[in-house]
Amino acid sequence: MAFDLETAEHPEKLRRVAIEPVSRVEGHGKVTLLLDEDNHIRQARLHIVEFRGFEKFVQGRPYWEIPVMVQRLCGICPVSHHLAACKALDQVVGATRVTPTADKLRRLMHYGQILQSHALHFFHLASPDLLFGFDSDLGKRNIVGVIAEYPDLARQGVLLRKYGQEVIRVTAGKRVHGTGSVPGGVNKNLSRAERDALLKDAYQIIAWSRDAVHLVQRLFEQNLALYNEFGSFRAHTLNLVRADGAMDLYHGGLRARTSDGKTLFDHVDYNNYWDHIYEEVKPWSYMKFPYFRELGPDLGWYRVGPLTRVSQCDFIPTPLADKERQTFLAYDGGRPAAATLGTHWARMIEMLHSAEMIKDLLHDDDVLGDDLVTTGERQGRGVGVIEAPRGTLIHHYRVDENDQVIRANLIVSTTHNNQAMNEAIRAVARKHLDGHELTEGLLNHIEVAIRAFDPCLSCATHAMGKMPLRVELIDAEGREVDRLVRSGDGSCA
Amino acid sequence: MSETFLLDGEDIPFEPGQTVMQAALAAGHYIPHLCYHPEFKPHGSCKVCTVKIAGRYATSCTAPAQAGLDVASDTDEVNELRRTLVQMLFAEGNHFCPSCEKSGNCVLQALGYDLGVMTAGFRHLFPDRPVDASHPDILLDFNRCILCELCVRASCEVDGKCVFALAGRGITKHLIVNAESGRLADTEVELTDKALAVCPVGAILIKRQGFAVPIGERRYDLSPISAQALADAPRPPSGSQPCPSCEDEA
Repeated sequence: MAFDLETAEHPEKLRRVAIEPVSRVEGHGKVTLLLDEDNHIRQARLHIVEFRGFEKFVQGRPYWEIPVMVQRLCGICPVSHHLAACKALDQVVGATRVTPTADKLRRLMHYGQILQSHALHFFHLASPDLLFGFDSDLGKRNIVGVIAEYPDLARQGVLLRKYGQEVIRVTAGKRVHGTGSVPGGVNKNLSRAERDALLKDAYQIIAWSRDAVHLVQRLFEQNLALYNEFGSFRAHTLNLVRADGAMDLYHGGLRARTSDGKTLFDHVDYNNYWDHIYEEVKPWSYMKFPYFRELGPDLGWYRVGPLTRVSQCDFIPTPLADKERQTFLAYDGGRPAAATLGTHWARMIEMLHSAEMIKDLLHDDDVLGDDLVTTGERQGRGVGVIEAPRGTLIHHYRVDENDQVIRANLIVSTTHNNQAMNEAIRAVARKHLDGHELTEGLLNHIEVAIRAFDPCLSCATHAMGKMPLRVELIDAEGREVDRLVRSGDGSCA
Repeated sequence: MSETFLLDGEDIPFEPGQTVMQAALAAGHYIPHLCYHPEFKPHGSCKVCTVKIAGRYATSCTAPAQAGLDVASDTDEVNELRRTLVQMLFAEGNHFCPSCEKSGNCVLQALGYDLGVMTAGFRHLFPDRPVDASHPDILLDFNRCILCELCVRASCEVDGKCVFALAGRGITKHLIVNAESGRLADTEVELTDKALAVCPVGAILIKRQGFAVPIGERRYDLSPISAQALADAPRPPSGSQPCPSCEDEA
């Protein structure tokens, strides 16, 4: 079955508009729109046109190399891949339970990752759209514009990210692509000096994170109708939760709920994730489409990430973040908690939670401990699941008796959100683009919806402040009838 | 008083029988090198220790020290040649430092940093070389072998086993193991063999130990290869801590 606006009946009669590159999803993505003569949208697709191949080229490599190798999937959330792989390989080396020191150091690394990634996404990438408007002056709609108009806010964003990167550095050895976690544990602890240096700023980081939550709340208040409906759609959800139902971004059981709030499964051991999650392949995208097996490929697609996690956990186990969660869920009858742009609000609540968790972990002397690695009875298979900044991340490996990986399956957050992102751009296309002449500002509406899901997609846009973009209108005979080009310096022609 | 030769304009004393490399290191002057190891006979194969003696290129690890030689080592011309040699080694194998467990402890990588190698410089050959993981405790990753023959020399001269050898010629030259099956598991190699310890790159690895040492504590995190080569160099006994090699010679 094709979804509404997924496949037009007579594409040969329609004009094709390609946004390429939209930006990168760990590489390269594009959006194509097919329009009829009256500019009505007949088809909208988000394509991921790159091919990464990690599942193939880790085959044959020794298993202890994998956590370092696979983190190269991403420059924004490498820690998530590093830790998901280690959790899978813990099972291979028989470390059914890592030491308290290893567990807490990994968590510290992970919350540092969530903090820096969420700060990067909100302040550097998304805030220009939200602060200035989706179709505001292009010359200002970037991080440089934010620095000029909101210097204190921009500074906080930079320092929040810097703090998260520093947490990663002391736990992993490097700010990006470290080696701190190994199968069965970790390779270093924290020195007292490192712990004290981080603690010095921990409370300031919590305060700034709470300010960021309130900032998104104010943005909602100012544009409530737009923010509630923009790119919104109903979706099933998938996330990890702790045994008591609390948010736990590092470890837990799988919880799935349907779009009408019914529980599909809960506290499921992720070692058998394939009992519930299948992947479908479509000919027009290199990215697979996961779905709940119980509901089938047509109805079983779902959404992962901050919005899902904050709205579907029973509580957040840190006080300030949980208070903000309750405010979020109660606000305007719960509509923001179901809105695509509500993801930004949820993301900042998670950033606050991460800041609180970092503070708590730094006060725990286990992070100074020396018992770093454990092993047990060797296994041939391991599954590791973690809540990465953008959503549930699954790593699954089979390792032979010679220690070589013979099979790998990775379902990353962006893949889980594949159909959800397509739904979001279709919702925007229907509401905001349908029947209109294309402008740069209208095209940016599509990107605003995508950015709510995935900072990798938007990093080329706002990190540079000037994503090159070329849109061509081509008629049924293949003739170019219109063209809009945004060049590298941000100017449009 | 010992005789001397000139190295980059400085007098270097030497004992009869020493090579230019041995005399230079003993005198505290680093000459970049890869296949030379103070515990083994000079080999002269990698050519990274090339110097210019009286206008002609020579490998300093095999050139006998002689009174009155004028040796040029730390010059732009010679260092450029060394960089090119190291670049060719990177391009010829599959050296993916970002995910290699030898990173930070690797002589080739450290030498690349020391010589200022910023790019591969050549089109990578991306050879297809399967890993030999047959041994329960030792991994042989042919992708990273640079054919220095240190393992070959150590296995024969120290371990007395001759587990390793080079086969083929020219671009097809490759490392093999001494077993009919061609598998490391069917050789006499053991964890305590010198051949394992002497591998300068990530070709011969002890299994399940990768990444155990955190970033910041790895060998070349602590000091550059030039400083460590000088610290390790055999010298005449001085003070209370003579080096082991010097004691052997004595």
